[in-house]
Amino acid sequence: MKQLVVKDIEKCVGCGLCMYACSRKSAKTPEIGNSKSGILAVSLSGFERGATVIFCRACKEPPCAQVCPTGALKPKKGGGVVYIENLCLGCKYCMDACTLNAIFEREDGKIAVCIHCGYCANYCPHGVLAYEEVKA
Amino acid sequence: MRDSVLIVDLNNYSYEIEQRPDLFEKWIGGTGVAVQLLKEYIDPKADPLSGDNVIVFATGPFTPAYPLASKTVAMFKSPLTGNLGESHAGGRTATSIANAGYGAIVIKGESKKPVYLVIENEKVYFRDGRVIWGIPDSLIVGRIIAENEPGRGIRTMMRIGGAGEKLVRYACVTTETYRHFGRLGLGAVFGSKKLKALIIRGRKKYTPVDPKKFREVYDEIYRTAIESDAMKKYHLLGTASNVIPLNELNSLPTRNLQSARFEKADEISGEALAEYSLGRRIACSHCPVACIHLATLRIPYENEPYFFKTIMISYDYELIYSLGSMLGVGSRDGLLRLIHRVESYGLDAMSTGVCLAWATEALARGIVSEKETLVKLSFGDVESYLKAIDYIYEQPNEFYRHLAMGVEHASGIYGGKEFALAFGGNEMPGYHTGHATYLGYATGLRHSHLDSAGYSLDQKVKEMTPEEAVDRLIAEECWRQILSSLVVCFFARGIYTADLISRAFEPLGVEITEEELKKKGEEIYREKLKLKIDMGFNPENLTFPKRIFEVKSLHGTLNEEFIRKAKDYYVKKVKEIVG
Ligand code: SF4
Ligand code: SF4
Repeated sequence: MKQLVVKDIEKCVGCGLCMYACSRKSAKTPEIGNSKSGILAVSLSGFERGATVIFCRACKEPPCAQVCPTGALKPKKGGGVVYIENLCLGCKYCMDACTLNAIFEREDGKIAVCIHCGYCANYCPHGVLAYEEVKA
Repeated sequence: MRDSVLIVDLNNYSYEIEQRPDLFEKWIGGTGVAVQLLKEYIDPKADPLSGDNVIVFATGPFTPAYPLASKTVAMFKSPLTGNLGESHAGGRTATSIANAGYGAIVIKGESKKPVYLVIENEKVYFRDGRVIWGIPDSLIVGRIIAENEPGRGIRTMMRIGGAGEKLVRYACVTTETYRHFGRLGLGAVFGSKKLKALIIRGRKKYTPVDPKKFREVYDEIYRTAIESDAMKKYHLLGTASNVIPLNELNSLPTRNLQSARFEKADEISGEALAEYSLGRRIACSHCPVACIHLATLRIPYENEPYFFKTIMISYDYELIYSLGSMLGVGSRDGLLRLIHRVESYGLDAMSTGVCLAWATEALARGIVSEKETLVKLSFGDVESYLKAIDYIYEQPNEFYRHLAMGVEHASGIYGGKEFALAFGGNEMPGYHTGHATYLGYATGLRHSHLDSAGYSLDQKVKEMTPEEAVDRLIAEECWRQILSSLVVCFFARGIYTADLISRAFEPLGVEITEEELKKKGEEIYREKLKLKIDMGFNPENLTFPKRIFEVKSLHGTLNEEFIRKAKDYYVKKVKEIVG
């Protein structure tokens, strides 16, 4: 199965193009902004030390899915989660459970998480991200 | 369109949010909207360093929809020129304001005690700033706030260093460490309001009216930005690539413009910096180019062998000119140390460099003595310049108090106006290319080289009449009002053509033709000019320091008669335009 992977994190310039791409990923209902983004570009406590991106690393045993009280987050075969928005209460237990802080709050109080669709990889200008086949 | 305006009142720590579709429909955003908001909220006669001054931050309709719409316009009354102040910055300013839900933010009044502001979506928090007040290093201020405030990755953090607190009239506001509202003294306005920092964060969404078209236009802009030549210059060496060509064209102001060629230009060129110092590139939010070049500077500890501090320093052409050639500094490390010092205090590099260059010449000519300058300023002497920058911040005597008010002011007190290189009260940028560049500094409504790009006109056109030069400068400036209302990065002006802008508006639900855009540019220009005149601008009072006529430029020795004619014509034009 294919996943979003980091090729070389040291190349990240912190532009956030991936973040804006993620909010645009749905062809039918693309959004402008960062509300729905499951990926975040940050500086390493100040840009003088460079930048990095934070997103779901497709855990085999995702703690976020384990704490979700409604089954809105379900483990996906091969790693990572599927997110069933209609079931989500917005309790944010998952946000606390994720060691990487890779689950984000949306404008409406529900959550945004990477579902490994690969859309953002097309917009990383610096070869940080790729969408690739990974061994299960 | 995003049409919320947040109005913050520091007098009573209150705020309100207004929906202003009227403003954004008519005036687009950025500069267009900022002019109107400033008009509404400020008394044009206001003292720039009082609670009566008003700061407007405005973003445009393309943020955060499209890449390279990465800038924010700040508008205020400038404590440096006493007239309209407008300054642009990137970093995360624009995307954070937009993601927090605002088209513009107005800050009025003044706080009694130091504060910093946190804007998070619909809420504004007034935070006690007493503990961080007095910290002169803007980098440290940034680190402290970063530890205390959430919003990593999505927040903008504007703040002032010591220069702003001490009301140096050309103090800047620094954002995300390496970007600045640099020119015309916004930092001092923050300082006078006791506002140490402004943090903005949010996670909003907006929806295009035509999803399919939106993604198509997005892709077109993105592809052009990364594949075409339109932005190549900024991709590679960055703006520093200008050093060598300008030097070869007799256009690189050197030693207070006693020369326009610098024998050590090679040492501080974009090429040399890239080869020996470039350590990292970073980007403004939503920009694929990443033109921010950071140099690595390794400095040994003074007394301990084999200990080093390693600092990252952002460089651009304007800093290389103002703290390099203009001061006769040809050592890369020396230049970087000067940039770092200026960055720490939160000073505008161009103004600082020009002020120090004037002071150096004034000392050499005996107009001032070492009693005033406290250090023996001499071109190329990095150590004394470092000291002098400390003094501009500390203002230990009357001379430095005057120097902290700008070169026009200082030369008014001590003399040496002929070689005080300011236009409209603003210290000059680094292009000694010909008549058009100087006319541009003088007539540009921000007195910035970016207003009307006279330097580029000089390089493109061999022969022009004074009238043609003025007409072309005004036409360019009118068009740039559109770019700064959208607000797209000026470096992306080759991408955001009238045609593309018109098409990019469509999926956002706005119909506007190329013709209409051009007309709007003229209207915004007129509105801004009017506001400037209300604040006391009189084109008849524009002066041109003698020095510029003494040094050969790309166009040979410049002609006073040409400039005089152009000025007369400009005075006439202004009357025509404002009616
Ligand atoms: S792979 Fe898809 S869901 Fe994950 S961050 Fe990229 S665009 Fe968002
Ligand atoms: S698009 Fe690439 S370079 Fe830009 S923030 Fe994302 S990962 Fe980093």
